[in-house]
Order: sequence, then C-alpha cells, then structure tokens
Amino acid sequence: MASSETAFAEAHRARGLAPFLRSQMRNIAPFLTLIFLSAFFAFASPSFATLDNLGNILTQVSVTGIIAVGLTFVILCAEIDLSIASIANVTGIAVAYFTLQESYVNIANVPLPGAVAIVLSILLCALLGLVNALGLTVIGIPSFIMTLAMMQIAAGISALLVRGQIAYKVPGLITTLGSGSVSGIPWIVIVAAIMLLGGHLVLTYTRFGRYVYMVGGNREAAEYSGLNVKLILGAVMVISAVCSGIGGMLGVAHFGSAQQNEFDTYLLDSIAAVVVGGTSLFGGRGGIGNTIVGLFVLGVLNNGLDHVNIDSFLKILIRGLILLAALIINVYAQRLREKAAE
Amino acid sequence: MPEVRSPILELQGITKSFGGVEALRGVDFALHAGEIHGLVGENGAGKSTLMKIIAGVHTEFSGRFLIDGKETHFRSARDAHAAGIAMVHQELSVAPDLTVAENVFLGNQPTNALGLVQWRRMAREAGEQLARFGIDVDPMTRLGDLPIGLQQLIEIARVLFSGARIVILDEPTSALSPPEVERLFATLRRLREEGAAIVFISHFIEDILLVSDTVTVFRNGRKVAETASAATSKGALIEAMIGRGGEALEHSYTDDLMLPQSSDSAVILKVDQLSLSRSLKDVSFEARAGEVLGIYGFMGCGQQELSRILFGKLKPDGGTLAVEGEPKTFASTAAARRAGVALVPESRRDMLFHQEPVYKNVSISILDRISSLLLKPTQERDIARRQVEQLQIRPPVVGLDLGMLSGGNQQKVALAKWLTYPPKLLVLCEPTRGMDVGAKNDVINIVRDLRARGLAIIVLSTEPETVLSLADRILVLKRGALVREFKNEPVSKDRLLEAA
Repeated sequence: MASSETAFAEAHRARGLAPFLRSQMRNIAPFLTLIFLSAFFAFASPSFATLDNLGNILTQVSVTGIIAVGLTFVILCAEIDLSIASIANVTGIAVAYFTLQESYVNIANVPLPGAVAIVLSILLCALLGLVNALGLTVIGIPSFIMTLAMMQIAAGISALLVRGQIAYKVPGLITTLGSGSVSGIPWIVIVAAIMLLGGHLVLTYTRFGRYVYMVGGNREAAEYSGLNVKLILGAVMVISAVCSGIGGMLGVAHFGSAQQNEFDTYLLDSIAAVVVGGTSLFGGRGGIGNTIVGLFVLGVLNNGLDHVNIDSFLKILIRGLILLAALIINVYAQRLREKAAE
Repeated sequence: MPEVRSPILELQGITKSFGGVEALRGVDFALHAGEIHGLVGENGAGKSTLMKIIAGVHTEFSGRFLIDGKETHFRSARDAHAAGIAMVHQELSVAPDLTVAENVFLGNQPTNALGLVQWRRMAREAGEQLARFGIDVDPMTRLGDLPIGLQQLIEIARVLFSGARIVILDEPTSALSPPEVERLFATLRRLREEGAAIVFISHFIEDILLVSDTVTVFRNGRKVAETASAATSKGALIEAMIGRGGEALEHSYTDDLMLPQSSDSAVILKVDQLSLSRSLKDVSFEARAGEVLGIYGFMGCGQQELSRILFGKLKPDGGTLAVEGEPKTFASTAAARRAGVALVPESRRDMLFHQEPVYKNVSISILDRISSLLLKPTQERDIARRQVEQLQIRPPVVGLDLGMLSGGNQQKVALAKWLTYPPKLLVLCEPTRGMDVGAKNDVINIVRDLRARGLAIIVLSTEPETVLSLADRILVLKRGALVREFKNEPVSKDRLLEAA
C-alpha cells in the first residue's frame, strides 16, 4: 500500500513543476510582490532598508494585523465583515469610557477598575459580534448587509459615548501593551505576533480550524457531512469582532487618544491585507500565513511611499491600483486552481 | 386518429451520438397537425435527445429533418422558435421574482411608442390568456408566491399561447395535482382542436393513454413501437419499453424477483404522517436494522424531499420522526448525524470537497470522534487508508485532491465518510447513478456488507434496477404519497412501473 502510494506520488510529481506552480499561484504571487516592492524601495531610498525602519513597519501594521486575524477566519468562510473598524473604534472608546479621565475631558464617563473596564469592553465587542452572528445565521441576512448595519450601529454607540469629545486615559495594562516596549521591541508588535500565531495554530491544528476551511470550501458539502454550519459561521463572526475589539483598545493606547472615526482607514487596510495576501474571497483557501505576507505588502507600500517622498495624493491612487492587481490575481488564481483540479 | 395527410414535422433516420455513445439510432418520427403524440421510454432511451433535436438544442446529428415537407436545419433554439416550435422543459424555468403577467410575456412585453411597458394592457391580456386555461390569479402577483404546480401551469400556458404550432412538453405533470392535470389536459385538447401538434413525454403511462392520440415507445435509442393509443394498454407499453430477451448487458430485472421474508429485527426509524407542502403527503413507514428498504418513484415524486427531511436539512410541515423509538425534530444536519443518521445525496458535488485531499473528505464527518480539540492527521490518514483499501478506491492515495478521482471512485469516497463509525440509519439517494457496471457491483457489495453489520439502510432511486438490485422491501412513492409496498412477494420491473 505504502509503496504504491509513493510510486503514485512520484508519478504525480513527475507531471512537472508548472502545474504545481500554477496551483500555488495564490501563495507565490503575493510573496513576489513583497520582494519586488522591498527591492524597489531599497534602491529608491537609502533610509528604507534599515533595521529601524523595519521596526517602524512592524509597528505600523500591528493594529491592522490584530484586526486581520479575525477577518481571515471570516473570509475563509466566504463571508465578509465590514464592521471591523467600527467595532475596533467603539471598543477603544468603551475602554476609555470606563477609565477615569483628566478633569478637562468633558465626558460623562463611568470610571471602573482597569481589569473590569477591559473585561466589559471585550464583552461589548463580543456582544456586537454575536449580533452579527445571529443576523447572519438565524435571520439569514447576508454578512455584507448585516455587518454594514453593524458598522453604523457601532459608530452610533461610539458617538453616544464620546459626544464629539476626545478621551485620553485607558487602563494601565492597555497603555503598556499599546504604547510600551520591552527591550526595544514594542509590546503592540509582540501582541500582534502572538495573535497571528494563535490564529494560525487554531486554523491549522484544531478541529474548529478544519471546519472553517471545509465550510468555506463547500458549504453545501459541509452541511451534508453533518457539520453545524451556522454555529461555525456564528463563531467566526464573534472571533472577528473580538479581534477587532482588541485591536481597537491597543490602537487607542497607541495613538494616545480615543475619538470618533479614529479607525476608519482600518476597514480597507484589513480587508486589503487578507486579500492581497492571497486568501480566497470564495472561501476555503489561504490562511494567516497569507495574511502576514499581505500585511507586509501593505506595510512596505505605505512606509516606502513615504520614504521616496511621493505626492501624498498619488499615494492613495497607487494603493488602490495595487489592491486592484491583488484582486485580479485572487480571482485568477482561483480559476487556475479549479482548472488544475479538473 | 392520424388521418391521411402530410405531417408538419418529419424526421427520417436520425442518428445522434455523444462522445462515441449512440443516443439515437436511425429514428423516424412524424408529427401531424391536430395530434397529441405521447412519448414513453426509460431514462436514457432517447426521448429527450430527440425532442432537443426538434427544439434546436442539439444541432449536430445525421438524418433528414423536414418541416412542412421542406428540408430544414436549425442552427439554434432561436431558429426552432421562429419555425413555431416551443418546448417546456422538465425543470421549471420561470422568473419567480417577476409578476405573473411579466412571466407570461417574458421577452415580448407590449410596449407603447416610447418603448415603455404597457402594464395595464399586459396585465389584462395575461389575465385573459390564463383564464382560458382555467387559471384564476391576479396577473400582478409575484410568481414565486404561488404554489409550484401553479407556477408550472403558468409556464406551460406561456408556451402554449406563444403561438407555437408544435409544442413539446417534457414531463409536465410530475409537479401537478390531479385537478391541475385535468386542467392541463383540457387545454391540450382545445389546442389540438385549433390545429396545434403536441408532443407529450411522461413517465405516467395512464396520462399518456388518457390524452394522446398516438404513442411512440423508445428503447436504447431506437423507436420500438408506434401505435394508436386506443389500440394499446399500459401493460403492452411497459413491455415494449423494457423489452424481453435482454438487449441490455446487465441484469434487466424483467423477471420476477422474490423479496425475502420480512424481518422482525429492531425498528430503527419510524416515520409517521410526514408531510411537506406539495411534496409529501402523510408518508408513514419503518426502517429496520439489517434491512435495505428501497423507495422507488419517478422524478419529482418527493424522494429528494423525504431524504432531506430524514437528515435534518428540510423541516417537515407535519408528522413525526423517531429514531430507535425516540421522537426527533432535527434542528440541523449536525443533530441528525449525532442521532445516528447519515445521508449520501444523489449529487456528489453536494457532499464532497473537490479541492481537498481524499483523507479530509473521509474524515470530515467523524472528526469529533477522533479529536476533541487538536487534529490528529496521522490517525485521519490511517482511517482513510483503511477505507480506501476496503472500498478499493483508485488511485489508493489519500493525499490526492478528490477532484482528480473518477466519478465512481468519488461516489465510494462519499460512502466512505460514513463507514468508519457506521450510523444507525444510512440514507442513499441514487447510489449507483452514472456508474459503470464494475463500480455498480462494488457499491452493491458495500451496501450488502453494511446490511450484514446491522445497519438500517434506505435506498431512494428513480431507476427500478437500483432498487431491485439492493432492496429487501420496496415502497413506491407517487406524487408525494406511498401507494404500494412490496414485501415477501415477487417483484419485477414492470410490477414496479405498474405501481408508480
């Protein structure tokens, strides 16, 4: 048995490198993009390829990275979560709301011990995620619409909490994790790394992770295999909201303030990181490894464009074009893969 | 009935093959104005292929094709339509989100000089047309809000009133209730008086005998009989359809087969008064351990819905389900699986992950038995390897993507999912459809082996051979109701067809 299996595997490999590369296109293309961009900026600017700047890039992508962990789960299930930035924002504001502010901050807040404030804030984002989950699975609202509504709801709660003001204080633990560092490494980078690693382990080595891939790969088949598809979809929506919440709390500490519309750019950045990394929008393909590459592509691009001193308005256009290119590759890779499977 | 006059449509020596397999072999067929022509034959006998040639769907074939005595060659369905030929396909093809009136006028809505749709006129005319058909609905209701049978009648009405002089109806009555069938027949007769030629394909031989003037029988791509309906009987038609003397290579099941003494082992599943809107009516039966229960019926008889209810994918409107005496209402397929029910649906695409390796396909439904939190890939592969060996799945490589396996081997993988921890009740829909003889025999042996291990097995099929080759007891489902039970008695293909 084993010998025939090896023989077949060899025969299979002998079919050549080209089909293999084609089937791996979604992993290879983002990586090549990253190498190309890094090489380009290293040539274009002497200040780009330095250890200090690597630290900058890591810090700059950390909040996006934390949010993107949960979003990777959602996109692997062939769903989408548009409420991530709003939930990040409201959670960051909530943790400040439950912390005693300086007397000049004019917010009618409810000061609580730091640990309680953190727990309550995480409960809040989990609750919002649960509402997303119920809307998607029990009522049957498509995630695109459901999370669009949640985006508004979370923004509304944020607005009511801060009423146009800015809060500055967050619990000590959050301040440390968001803006402190240990032996030169920012805590926020460490947290992002740990969460990305955790997400990867869950997706690769746990039963739940397998279910996520299978539900994304063929939802009908998952149901016919006796999986509780609704439970799995609900779980990824809650995971996404909690990751966003954590990203939001640390982000507030990192920026040094909590206010309305603080995280708006993170919605597009997080989706871009996941998709540019090569995770399939049709579900079932990709993973945290892809998201990490995607984060670096975005990070290098944003940071590098600053180094070459380009027109800041052009920068937005270039980011859009890169995103479009990644989407084309994403769809194309799916097609190649399907062809290879036939 | 056919008088001595020239046919409006005449086909001579039509031969058509798909990839080397001949679907039609030298068929002659003629159709006269003012005639209803019934077509019968088993699945794959060539009826639909011939009709698709007439309707311009298949354009590559050999033989002569004459309309009004003139040789014609359609290049597309549009050409056929222009020549006055319209076809109602078996599957409903309506726009459920549009109104009834829009559906009736789909593609040629009345417009005014500015190109705007004349809604009032469209609604009025649609209402008039449907009234002629005995359908009394508000033309401005959304079509999807109407029952399926009515939707099908409206689709048929659209085709009948499109001005076509040759109308082909493929299995039009399978979703209709008896009064709706009556209404359809009345309309067909009226159209015949007006000089239309109608081809009527159906598995329901009584319907064919009732409404048609002439009947043509197909078997294995050949026309084997053409006779006036008044001069034949259901028995004679069935005999012509399946043929004596074994043209087929396989066991043809034309002779009586003795079903075994009914078993009195434990009742695994008890279904009581199950109903689902228009699909199932008061279905009650039991499935026992160590027994294969066959459920036979024509396409659309409610089999598919029944299997989905048993696996928790559909919720019944009424009735109860009990597994080993315990009443169950499955909230999800996961609940059904936990209760010991397994389903292999008729479409492999629906239950397999083509882009994942074989071993993940095998292990997905038993993962919770082998791992609580962390996956155990080595164990998964071992389990899959055992199944692959046992079921002789080729190639025997568990790491290969499923999509690279042949259809028959994929079907075995679909079975393998449920075999490591066998369920109490295994529901198989069309387990051997589209398989070659070798793979079919493999599947039959697997099912027999499972029966010996004490599983209750339900096999649902629209092919009599499948049911006859596997079942110990056979139920016949007709238009959503159980009409006959064969147990402990002789059964054959014509007896099954007779009952259905």
